[in-house]
Amino acid sequence: MEHLIEFRDIYKIYQMGEEEVHALDGVSMTIDPGEFVAIVGQSGSGKSTAMNIIGCLDVPTSGTYHLGGIDVSTMEDDQQAEIRNKMLGFIFQQYNLIPKLNVQENVELPLLYAGVSAEERHERAVRSLERVGLADKRKNLPSQLSGGQQQRVSIARALAGNPSVILADEPTGALDSRTGREVLTFLQKLNAEGDTVVLITHDNSIAVKAKRIIRLQDGKIIYDGDSQDPQAVVQPHEEESSEDDGFAALIGEGVEG
Amino acid sequence: MNFGQSFRLAVKSLMTSKMRSLLTMLGIIIGVAAVIIITSLGNGMQNYMNDQFEEMGSNLIQAQVWTTGTSLDIQAEDMYALVEKYPQYLSGVTPYKTVQGTVRQGNDEFKRTSVYGVGETFYNIDKNTIMTGSSMGQGRFLSYVDVERAQPVCVIGAYIEKEAFGGDALGKTLTVSGAPFTVVGVLAQNGDNSEGSSDDCIYIPYTQADRLSQGSYYALYMFTSIDRSTAAAAKGIVENRLLKAYHDSDYYLVMTSAEMMDAMDSMVNLLMAILTLIAAISLLVGGIGIMNIMLVSVTERTREIGIRKSLGAKGRDIRSQFIIEAGTTSAIGGSIGIILGIIMANVITNVIALVLGTGNDGFVAMPTLQGIGVAFGVSVAIGILFGYLPANKAAKLNPIDALRYD
Ligand SMILES: Nc1ncnc2c1ncn2[C@@H]1O[C@H](COP(=O)(O)OP(=O)(O)O)[C@@H](O)[C@H]1O
Ligand SMILES: [Mg+2]
Repeated sequence: MEHLIEFRDIYKIYQMGEEEVHALDGVSMTIDPGEFVAIVGQSGSGKSTAMNIIGCLDVPTSGTYHLGGIDVSTMEDDQQAEIRNKMLGFIFQQYNLIPKLNVQENVELPLLYAGVSAEERHERAVRSLERVGLADKRKNLPSQLSGGQQQRVSIARALAGNPSVILADEPTGALDSRTGREVLTFLQKLNAEGDTVVLITHDNSIAVKAKRIIRLQDGKIIYDGDSQDPQAVVQPHEEESSEDDGFAALIGEGVEG
Repeated sequence: MNFGQSFRLAVKSLMTSKMRSLLTMLGIIIGVAAVIIITSLGNGMQNYMNDQFEEMGSNLIQAQVWTTGTSLDIQAEDMYALVEKYPQYLSGVTPYKTVQGTVRQGNDEFKRTSVYGVGETFYNIDKNTIMTGSSMGQGRFLSYVDVERAQPVCVIGAYIEKEAFGGDALGKTLTVSGAPFTVVGVLAQNGDNSEGSSDDCIYIPYTQADRLSQGSYYALYMFTSIDRSTAAAAKGIVENRLLKAYHDSDYYLVMTSAEMMDAMDSMVNLLMAILTLIAAISLLVGGIGIMNIMLVSVTERTREIGIRKSLGAKGRDIRSQFIIEAGTTSAIGGSIGIILGIIMANVITNVIALVLGTGNDGFVAMPTLQGIGVAFGVSVAIGILFGYLPANKAAKLNPIDALRYD
């Protein structure tokens, strides 16, 4: 079977004055259609960099990245834009809805850039909103919705373009734990319906909702396998990672309350 | 991308911050309003002058000849002969003498009344009009005998009839420089029947005029060409004849009213062009205002740009969105400017009518369709031109940095 996502020896190197920072340091991995993968790691481990490259927002310094069989590692900006439009659906921590557009218009945006006719745009946006259960809020502005509802709108927007991969970057980070759980359950449901989901998070308790975990540290993969394997949630240098309360929450009792 | 959505977004963001939008568009509004006002004034001025000339006749040719007091001097007979010789170009000629003198009737004095000495040919029997356009109302025009014998008779304009004689003038007498003249004819109203207008005039035989104002250094002849188009050829004929008599073109000056009209027109046009250029500078300033606010808007909406790019907007999609927005802003500014300009032109028309007391058929500052079209086109063009730089900046933003911005 052809891989949906294939990283071959990917490096992303930032030059900080004298010093080189290897944000990704020789990463190779594959993700197949229908998978639900969580990419986890501490702050600074290279998650955002990986997500930017997977999401075709950035290109690697070296190595090749095939998305749906196409080499996208050396593309120009506008070609990348087209790939993002056709193959990727983004879900961001901050929802990233455009405040001046109503819910319907927000969901239609990817279709607008795909050159879909107004009629079809409307229809597909409505269907997408029905999937997240917000069809009745079509005419509302994002600011009139709760955080959880806004995140569901952004999921509807990601689904509208019928992408090959749904890329969720800390999708629960701005939500309370109950709505966060709802969103995760929803992602699981999408995956069960056949969508490929890649979830980026620093939080082990969230990562374990995926089927597979890829753990990054200092730009390298240190674990890649089943999320239910006890090895999957072992965080090295746990005492250093005061920012990373996810793991603590998992073993101790609820730090965030 | 989608023009309709960009347009709606632009209008939406203009509406959400009205004060800022107004300030952004102010330069464009003022510039466009100024262009409309200036072109309206120019158009009105041209129309007004053309009307004045039209009233006087557009086929008139004036020949001014310096008198030398020698046998060289051209005589009225020579001019009559010229008209007879070239009937296909010239339709008439008369000596035409402006008389400086006070007009009195009873105890009334008429200071602004024009008195002219003319021949019987000043009146065209076939058309029933005099050379300057008025037609006969009552009585008759000056006759050959009146001129030959220098009879003390006159034909008066409608204004004099009304003001000096209360509407019943035939057979009555008025004085010019103390000399009495009997009214034999009254002209029909031609102008607006006000003081100093073309209805405020008196025609006497030119032989009488010679007596009233002696020692004149020049003689004036008024020709009429068949129509406006033959005026140039007719002028050439008159000039040739005068050159033959004097052998020196310094002794005479021949002007056609068509030429004068054209000269005036081009002068007004030049003046308008200069003023419009000055107004255009304010349009330029308006454009810079738009550029400035668009740059601010691009910065404020960095995150929106990042979102759009992450969803698949290409550089050109973002660029056209901001250009459409700038174009819409300046087009709305331009429309407001056009409306303001038209209102101002109307106000100016009314103020001028009030000050000059000319009423409705005087000067009218009339906006031209062309002026409106150009002003609107230029304002949209300026928006697009000055919107390009900010739009390009937006199009080039890196989506990762843009998404992280807040
Ligand atoms: N634009 C950049 N310029 C320089 N260094 C960067 C840049 N982006 C990320 N880095 C560095 O790369 C490493 C990985 O960062 P990142 O991918 O953001 O990690 P994470 O998202 O897991 O916290 C960090 O050391 C970070 O400082
Ligand atoms: Mg990060």
